[in-house]
Amino acid sequence: MRKLSLDKLDALFAAISATNTLYLPVDTKAGARFERWESGKTLSTALNTVRSAKDFFFPQTENLMDFKVEGKSIEIIDTRTESEDFVLFGVRACDVKSFEVLDRVFLADPVDTYYKNRRDHGVIFSMACTRPVESCFCGTFGIDAANPGGDVACHMTDDALYLQANTDKGQRVLDSLDSLTEACTTEVVDEQNALIRERLARLPLADLSAEAFGSGKTAEYFDAPEWKQLSESCLGCGTCTFVCPTCQCYDIKDFNTGHGVKRFRCWDSCMYSEFTKMSAGQPRLTQLERFRQRFMHKLVYYPTNNDGLFSCVGCGRCVAKCPIHMNIVKVMKTLGGREHA
Amino acid sequence: MQEVKREALIARAAELLENGTVDRVLGWKAGEFDYDLTPALFHSAGELESDFVWNGFCGANFSKYLVKETGKSENKVLVFLKPCDTYSFNQLLTEHRFSRDRVYAIGVPCEGMLDAGRIKDSAEGIASVREDGDHVLVETLYDGTLTLDRTSLLPDRCRNCKSKKHVAYDELLGSDGEVLDSHRFDEVEQLERMTPDERFAFWQNELSRCIRCNACRDVCPACTCEKCVFDNPNSGVENKAAANSFEEKMFHIIRAFHVVGRCTDCGECSRVCPQHIPLHLLNRKFIKDIDQFYGDYQAGAEVGSRAPIVNYSAGDLEPYEAVERGGSDA
Repeated sequence: MRKLSLDKLDALFAAISATNTLYLPVDTKAGARFERWESGKTLSTALNTVRSAKDFFFPQTENLMDFKVEGKSIEIIDTRTESEDFVLFGVRACDVKSFEVLDRVFLADPVDTYYKNRRDHGVIFSMACTRPVESCFCGTFGIDAANPGGDVACHMTDDALYLQANTDKGQRVLDSLDSLTEACTTEVVDEQNALIRERLARLPLADLSAEAFGSGKTAEYFDAPEWKQLSESCLGCGTCTFVCPTCQCYDIKDFNTGHGVKRFRCWDSCMYSEFTKMSAGQPRLTQLERFRQRFMHKLVYYPTNNDGLFSCVGCGRCVAKCPIHMNIVKVMKTLGGREHA
Repeated sequence: MQEVKREALIARAAELLENGTVDRVLGWKAGEFDYDLTPALFHSAGELESDFVWNGFCGANFSKYLVKETGKSENKVLVFLKPCDTYSFNQLLTEHRFSRDRVYAIGVPCEGMLDAGRIKDSAEGIASVREDGDHVLVETLYDGTLTLDRTSLLPDRCRNCKSKKHVAYDELLGSDGEVLDSHRFDEVEQLERMTPDERFAFWQNELSRCIRCNACRDVCPACTCEKCVFDNPNSGVENKAAANSFEEKMFHIIRAFHVVGRCTDCGECSRVCPQHIPLHLLNRKFIKDIDQFYGDYQAGAEVGSRAPIVNYSAGDLEPYEAVERGGSDA
């Protein structure tokens, strides 16, 4: 484990930036968001960013390729840009876990090379959460905010930053920062972790359990009468899906540029009325089916296909942002507490 | 603090359920925390007693829900309307979007709603929120109990409340207020004083945060098209993403144009925006222009009024006059 005095934090960021593009959470009037670091930018003190860190591997819109049309010939133009080395600093445990959820989708055969390139070129510096808030429930899914993972795990105290490499990739970056940091014991971090775990245990959602859900529970919940009441006031907007670190659905679209085509992919949302529209129409006719899809995917379908891993990481963004405050916590409490059929 | 208490709302709703005037009640349902209320239907006095909430977090405007709700049954649904909600209610009636005879509307006075986001700006980790007169007591997870000034926690739409008067109801609980002399156009005037380049930069910055979640459109009581052009894959402007920053702006500006003369300035668009984009300012600019060019007009003030924009009179100004009267930068 290495230790950095906090008065050298700017020097650390500058040193990382010398070889990698560095992104970190910065405060804005609309909340914290990841921005490219440059001299003068300071690390946000907010617990988490409004948008999740998935943007760096699975951006909201991404140009896949361009087609240039001249007469009867079509030229394919490579527009790929995902080969830049970058460091993502200050990623919370929930978002770090979301990368595992996304990996199982995008790195499964056939491998999504756009996503894979970004993953290969990115180094994650995670950050332990000393002050988790009421909407946090990462513990429900077995995530430990005191042990945030990533390539380098960080803990911050009032005067120092502690860094521990978890992967070779992380070790290489950490080694390059040796002149700024010093070796240290784990004593301070252990002490902080004890405090964090005590705080996690006292959170209002600490007792939320996912036990009732998981692999193979489709029949148990699919026709539950509770979906009607749960989905009743859903506006059908895409806020929950777009702030979610694990939602991974996308659409590929062609944009007519007048002299060719720009082919891009963009996030899509199962909450939208035209999502997965096929020649036969939209298979999910009302908001009830669309709403059910999102939560069944997180709690049942994804675990069924991925060794029991849930595709919710308990970051609480949907809890904070849903315009009508309907969210996965309320769904789990309503369905999980019912008499099982 | 709200003048009329939760118990009074529940008591009256229970009576109306009991005597068969209505068979369901559209209200705010308690959540996990004190601030995360969900619009919900209540069918019995028992359900109301256990889950119905009336407090400073009842910001959601129920008017738009009536479009769907009145289509479900011929029986009346009871709805609670705050003053600003009643304008949306009237505007939807003007547009024949729901049947008035399937609704029983109770007006409730409103002292301004609280913005949970503003509370979170001051308090990290909220264990509970309690209103106490002009103050809001926030019990936090780490910093004890904070006493915050209630006024400082109001969202912009309540700071610049345009009316405490209910313009529609079957019955009113408590006392009615007045149309207020608000300062709601002050920010629009600030934008008008900018140079076109400054104004462009302002909106570029604000709208660049848009994630195209469509929450603003989906919550908007003026947006009740059965099929939105932005949901139509054949329109070429489908909602899924912006191919470039121009498209991002196009969505919001087209939407603002589409609700001109129909937007009642309820402020729901800005309340629900996950990226804190001040969308209401686009609509307010149009409202201000209509007031200035065609005479004062408030959408939803009464049922059946024709907005200047869909009405013709011989004295209507010509486009060049609008430019002149609006000043060189208009």
